[in-house]
Amino acid sequence: MTSVLYDAPGPRAKRRNILYTVGFLAVLAVVAWWVLGVMAERDQLASEKWSPFVTDAKVWTTFLLPGLGETLKAAGISMLIALPLGAALGIGRLSDHAWVRIPVGAVVEFFRAIPVLLLMVFAYQAFVQFTTIESDFRPMYAVITGLVLYNASVIAEIVRAGILSLPNGQTDAAKAIGMRKGQAMAHVLLPQAVTAMLPALVSQLVVIVKDTALGGALLGFSELLYQNRAITANYGANTIAALTVIALIFILVNFALTSFASWLEGRIRRGKKGTGTVVDTKAVEAGAAGAP
Amino acid sequence: MFDFLDSGQYDLLGAFWTTTQLAVYSAIGSLVWGTVLVAMRVGPVPVMRAFATGYVNVVRNTPLTVVVVACSLGLNQTLRFSLGADNFEDIGFRMAVLGLVAYTGTFVCEALRSGINTVPVGQAEAARALGLSFLQVLTLIILPQAFRSVVAPLANVLIALTKNTTVAAAIGVTEAALLMSEMVENEADALFAVFAVFAFGFIVLTLPTGLLLGWVSKRVAVKR
Repeated sequence: MTSVLYDAPGPRAKRRNILYTVGFLAVLAVVAWWVLGVMAERDQLASEKWSPFVTDAKVWTTFLLPGLGETLKAAGISMLIALPLGAALGIGRLSDHAWVRIPVGAVVEFFRAIPVLLLMVFAYQAFVQFTTIESDFRPMYAVITGLVLYNASVIAEIVRAGILSLPNGQTDAAKAIGMRKGQAMAHVLLPQAVTAMLPALVSQLVVIVKDTALGGALLGFSELLYQNRAITANYGANTIAALTVIALIFILVNFALTSFASWLEGRIRRGKKGTGTVVDTKAVEAGAAGAP
Repeated sequence: MFDFLDSGQYDLLGAFWTTTQLAVYSAIGSLVWGTVLVAMRVGPVPVMRAFATGYVNVVRNTPLTVVVVACSLGLNQTLRFSLGADNFEDIGFRMAVLGLVAYTGTFVCEALRSGINTVPVGQAEAARALGLSFLQVLTLIILPQAFRSVVAPLANVLIALTKNTTVAAAIGVTEAALLMSEMVENEADALFAVFAVFAFGFIVLTLPTGLLLGWVSKRVAVKR
């Protein structure tokens, strides 16, 4: 593969590239050798620390799969609530009436500016004081509340960008055939905007899945990362092995979601339906925090 | 209502100062690391390209919390790396910066890569026609233009980074989020006031960044 940034390599460049390759691999090998050396010294490479994840089904059925279940449950519920709420806020921000547009805009901007962790901590304490939710379920409720407040406002921005990305002619045409504002939104703008927004929305799901891990670290929500402590307690201080497996599961889930998003984007671009406009997922992802 | 601020019991400014320091050090680190990554990612050496692509895809899909916790539990407590610090607070701080840099660098890399795509092909072709090498093309012609076009996306990454510093609370760094979780428990009757104070703190930290860099991005944009 050649790029515009460099020529197809000639004989000298080929030799140089081989040198760079060897040098880079050598640096990687030295780092790997050093890390493995330290790991061996601290007894982290011993087979009994890694083998449970392959040989012992219990580590999966007791810890990892229930943890993954909680993670997916919290992420799924948050998405289900945040999606309609975000759509409503996004449409509200586009309202013709200042008394709707301005407060909604303030709410969206406020919750977008606050770290999601602060929202979770706040929600947790609010549930302690003002509700009778049992302490077992409180972390889950707090995590979901935090995620919904934050992500609904991010989704509101996605929806707004999606609707604004449509050509003006769409609204004009809807008005010309006598549709009212609500009808134009419901029958003309939203259906097209939804196809444009889908990839960005799926990327937002990745952000939500990743953010659930905050609840495990600080609120005692028994999601996937939280299982790390239980596993290391039961299988002999295999911190690195446990964290590696947990990270791999997160990566696989999120990689599946991102692949799905890019497949969807390609499909929508090629498809005959819709205007072919796609809300840029990069912009949205960056806005959404490079999210934890 | 805001009595808890006068009690002298909580080091509010200190916590936000830690947050600011985390953000500034991590910002510098991730800008450097992101630039290195993007140079490898668009470069002519296939192994480096593969490494950078793999790194970005893997780390971007890992929760930041996992990265930071792995730095603390794995690198520090298990393998005894301390990054030259000798007390608990410094170690936690440096581990948090390391995790934030490793994670945010991938977003900087992606922002820069989309910036490189906005530079017209003719610029690179002209530079190559002059006989410049890949590194010269990249550092003299492409990156300066790319940086100017991605100031706004980078501002978003930096704002996100500022908010992400709260994750350091997971490894016990006494920054804003950890102080807040301590305060909401002790000052239960002032829950909304406490939340308002911390929310205000983060708005003060992020709003000027956004406005300033938004203005800068308009000033420096390459007019084509």
